[in-house]
Order: sequence, then C-alpha cells, then structure tokens
Amino acid sequence: MAHFDPNARPFSHKWLNERLAIDTLKRVLSTEYWIPKNINFLWAMGMVLAVTFGLLLLSGIFLLMYYIPDTKQAFDSVNYTIMQEVGFGWLWRHIHAVAASVVFLIIYIHMFTGIYYGSYKRGRELIWISGMLLFVTFSAEAFSGYMLPWGQMSYWAGMVITNLFSMGSLEWNWLVEWIRGDYVPGQAFLGRFFMLHVLLLPLVIIGLIIFHFGTLRIPHVNNQDGEEIDFEAEAEKWKAGKRKEAKVIPFNPVFLSKDVFVLGVYFIFFFYLVFYHYQFAMDPINFDPADPLKTPPHIYPEWYFLWSYEILRPFPKDPGLIAFGFAQVIFFFLPFLDRSPNVAPANRRRPFRCWFWLLLIDMVALTILGKLPPVGIYTTLGTIFAWLFIILWIALPFITKREKLVGGKK
Amino acid sequence: MSDRRDFIGTALGAFAGLGALGALYAAKRTWDPLPSVKAAGFTTVDVSKAEENVLYTEMWRGKPVFILKVPKDAKPDEAPNGRDENAYEDPRLIKIGNDKFLVAIGLCTHLGCIPEYFAANKKFICACHGGQFNAAGEVLKAPPPSPLVIPPFKIVGTQLILGEEGPEYKQLKAQGLVA
Ligand code: HEM
Ligand code: FES
Repeated sequence: MAHFDPNARPFSHKWLNERLAIDTLKRVLSTEYWIPKNINFLWAMGMVLAVTFGLLLLSGIFLLMYYIPDTKQAFDSVNYTIMQEVGFGWLWRHIHAVAASVVFLIIYIHMFTGIYYGSYKRGRELIWISGMLLFVTFSAEAFSGYMLPWGQMSYWAGMVITNLFSMGSLEWNWLVEWIRGDYVPGQAFLGRFFMLHVLLLPLVIIGLIIFHFGTLRIPHVNNQDGEEIDFEAEAEKWKAGKRKEAKVIPFNPVFLSKDVFVLGVYFIFFFYLVFYHYQFAMDPINFDPADPLKTPPHIYPEWYFLWSYEILRPFPKDPGLIAFGFAQVIFFFLPFLDRSPNVAPANRRRPFRCWFWLLLIDMVALTILGKLPPVGIYTTLGTIFAWLFIILWIALPFITKREKLVGGKK
Repeated sequence: MSDRRDFIGTALGAFAGLGALGALYAAKRTWDPLPSVKAAGFTTVDVSKAEENVLYTEMWRGKPVFILKVPKDAKPDEAPNGRDENAYEDPRLIKIGNDKFLVAIGLCTHLGCIPEYFAANKKFICACHGGQFNAAGEVLKAPPPSPLVIPPFKIVGTQLILGEEGPEYKQLKAQGLVA
C-alpha cells in the first residue's frame, strides 16, 4: 500500500517522493548510472549530439514563426523576412543551418568512435541499431529542411532524390508522383515536407533518442580497452568510499561535469562558425528562387550526403541504385558482419585495423569526389572508391572471422 | 473464463486492426495528387516559326518539354558509347510539314535534371551526372538508361498539342519508341 503522509508539505521533497519516487528516479537515471573512468573526450560526443539537437529545436521554433510554406512566398519569407526584417532572425537561421551541418560531423565522429572501439558488440547491438535509426531519421530531417527555402538547390535536390523512388528500371513513377503529390515538386510537395520537417520527424527523433539512451542503460558505455567491467562490484567500491580504486564514476555529478567541459569547448567552435563562418552551411545556389525550367549547372547534395551520392554516380542507373541502397543500409548490419568476439580498439585487432582506416579514408575520398564534376579522372577515381566501399563490407565477415583473440586489458 | 477473454481479445484486435487499415488507406489517399493536379490541361505549341538547331522549351504538366527542329546534319561531334549516327535519320523524330522535330520531355531519364543543348556539338549534356543524348534524344553516354521520353502529342497543321494522343504518337508508341 502506498503511504501518503498527511502532514507532508505540498511540493516538499517528501511529498514529491511519495508521489513520483524522485529519489529512485534520480538514483537509477543519474547518480547511480555508472560510467567507466577509462574513456576519453570522444565519449562526450553523444551528449554534444543531444545538445545540438536541442539547439536545432530551439532555433527552429523561432524560424517557424515567420516561415510560410507556400511555393510563392517561402523563398522571400526566409531570405527577406527572416533574414532582413525579423529582429535577430538571421541569428536563428545561422544557428539552424550551422547546427544542421555540424550535427552530421559529430554523428560521423560518434559512429566512427563506436566502430573503432567495437562498441556495437557484446550486448551493445541495440545501441548501434538505434543509433543507425537516428542517423537515417536525421538524414530525412536534413533533406526535408533543405526543401523549405524553395531555392534552386531545394527544388532540384527534391527532384533528383524523389526520382530515386522510381526504383530504376521498375519505373515506379506512381510512387514518385505519390510522394510528391504532383508530377513535379510543387505546393503539395512543399506542404508535406514542411509537416515532416517541423512535426513528424522531430517527434520520431525525440522518441529514438529516448530509445537510444534506454539501450545504453544495461550494457553501459564501452571503454578505451574494451574491458568487460563488473559494474555492480565497481560501484560498490565507489559507494564504500574507495574512489581511487573503483573503475567507475557516477554519471551525475562526476561524469556530467566532464561532459559539460567538452560542451563548453564545442560551443566556442560552434558559435565561432555561427557568427564568423556561417557561409559554408548555406549553398549560394539556393539563394536563387526555384526555377522548374532551369537545372543549376552542377547539382550536389550537402557535404554529409556526398559519400553515398558518389557511390550512386559512377554506375549505370540500376547498378547505381543498388550500390546506393547497399550503402544506405549496410551500416545497420555491422554488429552481425563483424564475426570476431573481440571488443577492443581497432589498432589491436590486426586485419580489422586496416579495414577501419581504409573505410575511413574511402569515405573521406568519396566525400571529396562527390563535390567534383563527374568528368575524366574523377569518374575513374569515383568508380574505384565506390567499389572499394562495397568490397570492404563484403570482406568484413571473412577477415573478422579469422581474427585472433586479443584480451582487452585483463 | 479464459476462452471468453481470448475471444474478447481477438475481437478487440480485429476491430482495432480494421480501424488501423482504414486510417492507413485514408492517409494514403491524402498523399495522392489532387484531382486538379491530375486533370492538368493540354499545351498547344505552334512550331511554324521554329528555327533550325535552336532548342525551345515549353511547359507541360509542370515539366519542361523540348522542341528542336533537327538539322539535316545532326551527327554529334563525339559519342562516348560509339553511337554517333546522324540523329536526323532517327525514327523517333516527328515530321511536321517538311521538317523533322524532336519532341521530348526535357528531364534526364537518369534522375530528372534538365539536360542542356549544345547546338555546335549537336547533343544534350546533363550536368548532374554527365549523361549525354543526341539530337533525337538517344543516349550517347550513361548513366541515363533510356532515351528522352516522348510525351503524348497530336499534330494539327503546324500545331502540336501536348497531352493528347494523336495517330503519330500512337504509331511511335506501338513501335516502342516513346520511352
Ligand atoms: C542525434 C543522434 C544521437 C544522439 C543524441 C546520441 C547520443 C548518445 C549518447 C548520449 C551516448 C552515450 C555517451 C557516448 O558514448 O557518447 C551514445 C552512445 C552511443 N551511440 Fe549514440 N547518439 C546519436 C546517434 C548515434 C549514431 C548515428 C550511432 C551509430 C550508428 C550511435 C551509436 C552509439 C554507440 C555505439 C554508443 C555506445 C558508445 C560506447 O558504448 O562507448 N549513436 N549516443
Ligand atoms: S540526372 Fe542526368 S545524368 Fe543523372
């Protein structure tokens, strides 16, 4: 039977505790959520992502007040009203644009940290999969947002990306027309992508972030040596006052203070970009209003989609689409394609070490090539790196299966 | 007792499932193109004043339509896939009076960019992924998998009505040449 003390002062600690179990909540979610000591600043990237998402939400709310989702007015509502008339409208727009770009940089760092340390194995598979769901939803969120200013790049990126859904030779034009609500991107298209961008996808993202955190709670985060820590035993040491000996620290307040420090450094970089270097996040071609009768001379997506776009480009239509689809989903399968039981930094896992660095270099190379026009030597290089990407993933189960056991420390 | 619960549970599930299906169908229909969009009209173009080897672009159902009076010598300067025949002899061209015209939807069959016509080279080049077409819309360089699409048309004198299937269009379609 629940017990409610009739004399407890309303909203006092005791009163709240009887009704919401705030002490238990705080213990389970923060003061006794244990984090290994043996980690570095890369483990703060998750928090950096959460906070950057917060910035996107906040700046988005202010943009939403003057943005008009109408093909005739959208361009001016952004480029004139918000940028020139609304007090500090430019600030929200710059924050929103810079955060949308930087969030992908941090996501890639966060992903490659996970790959490097093997943080997708031994109970952490769902962390990885929920992370990939976040990646895909974030991509959709970025793409839908890119449509909203209804500039030349919005229009033509919308045209090219929705055409992917004709599935090559299957010629599913009905699907493309259904997604657009028209034969070409128009009002119906802008309206639905506006809805997706400001409501449905952010809701999904919030749900997925909660799920991502949930998947972390039981396996806990990995550490620099892939060591399997007995969290209960180590936590007892900490609670018994043997803080030097314990291999773990509580999330709150000890680890959180480190997160906040990294966040502080990140914000310096972030607001430097917002105030002094925001141009990189806004494509000059998108400062021309959408024109259905004129394709810009060179269409490319934002930098964070370039690597997968480059995998599409060098092949004929159908194989290109298959390669592109492969690139979009293959990361989901990482926990099952890596057949080695080792959870250790890539540098201690022999053939995997090469695999990791080759994949990283390959994706950087594809990103650079994606920005260059598809001519001559660039086409050749693009083809080579696209094949390398595919081969690396096919080879992964074979090279990890042979891998020798490496103990993490102890 | 438990039988009754099972039955109630199944019945509830079935009703909820039906409701969900209905809602899904409504959601699907909400995303369909509006009737006004589908009923988009016809576009009439007079080609009597067209100049040779100059590309005209008309708008039809929100899409650009290329109209090009093809010159007698329409051999492309170079064809990366080796098919550098004179495009003037191509069966996809449409005869209006004594002239031959290319009439095609001006969207690259790869992913829908608008290719640009280079009159001196007698070919279209798509800037997006480097696809090329000759003056009859045939592919000279991948990734586009197929020629530029010919929209439904009807010829009335020197006028071209886009959106209506005339005998010339039906004939091309029967020969499998429109897409
Ligand atoms: C906006 C999106 C995301 C947010 C807010 C987020 C947040 C977090 C947070 C707070 C942590 C714990 C701290 C840390 O280890 O950094 C974490 C861990 C992790 N995340 Fe994410 N994440 C996001 C996207 C992703 C993506 C795209 C992936 C990769 C597919 C991913 C994979 C992981 C993995 C494997 C861990 C465990 C790291 C370890 O155990 O050492 N996350 N995430
Ligand atoms: S859209 Fe023309 S080559 Fe891809």
